[in-house]
Amino acid sequence: MREVYSLADLHVTLCGVPLQSPVIAASGTFGFGQEFSRIVDMHWLGAISGKGLTLEGKAGNEGERLYETPAGLINSIGLQNPGVRHFIEQELPAMKRLGPAAMANLGGSTIDTYEEGARLLDATDVDLIELNISCPNVKAGGIAYGIRAESAKEVVSRVRACTKKPLVVKLSPNAENITEMALACEAAGADGLSLVNTFQAMAIDISTRRPVFQNVFAGLSGPAIRPIALRMVYQVCKAVHVPVVGLGGIATAEDALEFIMAGATAVQVGTASFANPHACEEVARGIAAWMDKNGVKTLDEIRGAAL
Amino acid sequence: MPAQNFEASVLVNSQQAADIFLLTVYLPPQYDKPKAGQFYMLRAWRADEPPLLSRPISVHHYEEGTRALSFLYQVKGNGTQKLAALKQGDTVQLTGPAGNGFPIEGRHVAVVGGGIGTAPLFYLAEQLTAAGVQTECLLGFRDEPYRLAHFARGGRNVRVATDTGSYGHHGFVTELLEPAQYDVVYICGPEPMMRATAKKCLAAGVKCYVSMERKMACGLGACLGCTCKTEKGELVCICKEGPVFEGGVFFG
Repeated sequence: MREVYSLADLHVTLCGVPLQSPVIAASGTFGFGQEFSRIVDMHWLGAISGKGLTLEGKAGNEGERLYETPAGLINSIGLQNPGVRHFIEQELPAMKRLGPAAMANLGGSTIDTYEEGARLLDATDVDLIELNISCPNVKAGGIAYGIRAESAKEVVSRVRACTKKPLVVKLSPNAENITEMALACEAAGADGLSLVNTFQAMAIDISTRRPVFQNVFAGLSGPAIRPIALRMVYQVCKAVHVPVVGLGGIATAEDALEFIMAGATAVQVGTASFANPHACEEVARGIAAWMDKNGVKTLDEIRGAAL
Repeated sequence: MPAQNFEASVLVNSQQAADIFLLTVYLPPQYDKPKAGQFYMLRAWRADEPPLLSRPISVHHYEEGTRALSFLYQVKGNGTQKLAALKQGDTVQLTGPAGNGFPIEGRHVAVVGGGIGTAPLFYLAEQLTAAGVQTECLLGFRDEPYRLAHFARGGRNVRVATDTGSYGHHGFVTELLEPAQYDVVYICGPEPMMRATAKKCLAAGVKCYVSMERKMACGLGACLGCTCKTEKGELVCICKEGPVFEGGVFFG
């Protein structure tokens, strides 16, 4: 159990799901949780968003997959994953036993595969579905649906009809207009929104004079994107009524508190787990310490304070 | 077992050759001891300092009695420069032991290393010798060899090749290898060297193991940045399912 010296209550409710902490491990940075089981005290995590799934497994992209920038990481993993059925049979039971709520991150190439994936997940004890319409690295990752609000509206409403699970739609910062996108997803039945996924970016190898990545463009994450992510979370929180999960370069409790003050119900920590595998736990502990120091008992007292 | 993450105290960090350093830390008793061929993610800078990612470095040696854990590394960029600046008493963050490690097999074996790829082979050679396996060391370097006396410990036969001819055989280390003399060959070095050496072994019907290297963000199997396709087209995660594979998996 978590230490009791703190008076801070970190509990939050996300789309009706009680979470023991506002800190969620972001998809693609935490496996399905097992890899971190001896590193992170899972009592500090509200949920784990598993590696992004597609109905059938995917091999991911060829060539370079990682490129470091001064304050970020460009990745071109390409949604490598074992498929929804493998996840349900082989990964989910152990993921549930870790303690934090289990969030299944679902991508797709066609609306049919999104629907089928959602139907399969609906029949499991997954706590939340995070609908990925924002992976920039594969056409099949849903980015096609993450740019234009009308396309997003269609996929979200169709998936909505396939599941009673709380549905959180993960938005791309590459959307034409992030507020319109958020409103479209909300209107289409999303119970919550998470943002932002990675920013489309690139790197060129000056020795070969060619793009580093085979797909040319790849996704930038890490501290470099945080202020832009924060601005988008702020804009979306001003516009929608459903809960928002803020993410994008969060590495410290102070970063997380900014997103909560911008209106986020919960936050996700992603790339920071690579630089520091304790990051999720440290962010949650740091939030509790800040709350104690500032006489804040629940996050409701500060959520949206900056709006 | 999944990896652990902890701080370790630097016992000594010393230069071995032009750009080669040896870092020895104390492995606190509550943490798992490594197997030969396993590695750790090393970080000697704050999480918010560049470079963003920790650096994967193989275990050069681990001494049971003193719990002294050593890493032999080449200074290549910002991360390894920061490792090279570590002094006695400094702390370094370790995540590991990661990866599968080498199996200890055979009765008469060779370890074949190229450059900084020799690093994991010293701990392997020590484990092989301790298991009663007759072990020969074939070591290739560009110019300046290092750690030869250590490889020669316990009477192990050491043969050296250099690209420049400054020491030992003038040419590639692969040329020193006669696979038929051994029942297992362990290989670590640049990929072209591993390919040539593995192919030579497989042509002679000799079992061989290679230790692969890829860029990786986490070392834990979470980022999938180090995924590789085997010759058969299967996907493997170098950090978790490797880094050690039978030679034929990649160079068959």
